Amino acid sequence: MTVEARVLSAFREALDIEGDVDPKELVYREYKKWTSMAHMTLIAILEQDFDAMLETDEIIAMSSFDKAVETMKKYDAN
Amino acid sequence: MPTDLDLTGKVAVVTGASRGIGAAIVRTLAERGATVVAVARSVNDETFGLDNVVPIAGSLEDPAFAKELVRTVFSRFKRLDVLVNNAGVMRPGSMGATAEADIVDVLRLNLESAVLLTEAAVRLMVRGGGGSIVNMSSIMGRVGAPGQFAYAASKAGLIGATLAAAKELAPKGVRVNAIAPGFIATEMTDALSEEARAEAIAKIGMGRPGTSQDVADAVLFLASDLSRYVTGQVIGVDGGFIL
Repeated sequence: MTVEARVLSAFREALDIEGDVDPKELVYREYKKWTSMAHMTLIAILEQDFDAMLETDEIIAMSSFDKAVETMKKYDAN
Repeated sequence: MPTDLDLTGKVAVVTGASRGIGAAIVRTLAERGATVVAVARSVNDETFGLDNVVPIAGSLEDPAFAKELVRTVFSRFKRLDVLVNNAGVMRPGSMGATAEADIVDVLRLNLESAVLLTEAAVRLMVRGGGGSIVNMSSIMGRVGAPGQFAYAASKAGLIGATLAAAKELAPKGVRVNAIAPGFIATEMTDALSEEARAEAIAKIGMGRPGTSQDVADAVLFLASDLSRYVTGQVIGVDGGFIL
């Protein structure tokens, strides 16, 4: 499974995304379901899946799908 | 037979663990089966001599240490179920005549380090589906005391942090509570004069100082599933102490 697919799966689960919404278009706090609480859930799912602990700066900067993929690629080797 | 007080399989971090209340908390949680990471400036394998107590030496006054500590817990255990922010220091002094360094030290260790460690630890709890955070406040944080300006401020700050965190983390299954000990017989209170000790004991309804175990048992309750529906509370362990 690619990093993108794993991140996509995490987004769908954490943000409870409906079928017609493209996660790649979502922006943190602009999409109504991407709240700070959902963000915490998203981080937890990603950290669990990638067996990693993200840096606080990375969590704060993770404001879009693309940024999430970019960040998680660093942890793919784990 | 497993009970609601059984902590087998759970991982706990206790700060200020080398003596007094912290050491009692470590032993109490360990006796109930938890793996306890005991954090203090000076702690080693001989401090507790228990297989399920993992000593980690370090200074929480260094903000980087909190992150490092949580990363270590993650690396070794992949989970964190209980965090007890117990580290603290008391530097009594009259207002207007207390060294700035003492005020800064008290606020940094008692409040800032607990906030930073909680911030770092909470994600590990959330990913595990929940947990329990116990902040060691003080009766002085609730009602104040002369000569304890900075200490009372730091302990009141911990209560504010407890209440805010409890509200934010309840949906994630993380409970956050505080304990407010009264006059507990520890090395910290042993430093008081005989006169001051007698004066304090006279104000305790139960007529005796508390013990570290009295406090540790309250922590056990909050760490365990017995308190599964308790969050955002400040529990006094003070024997009816009136300040």
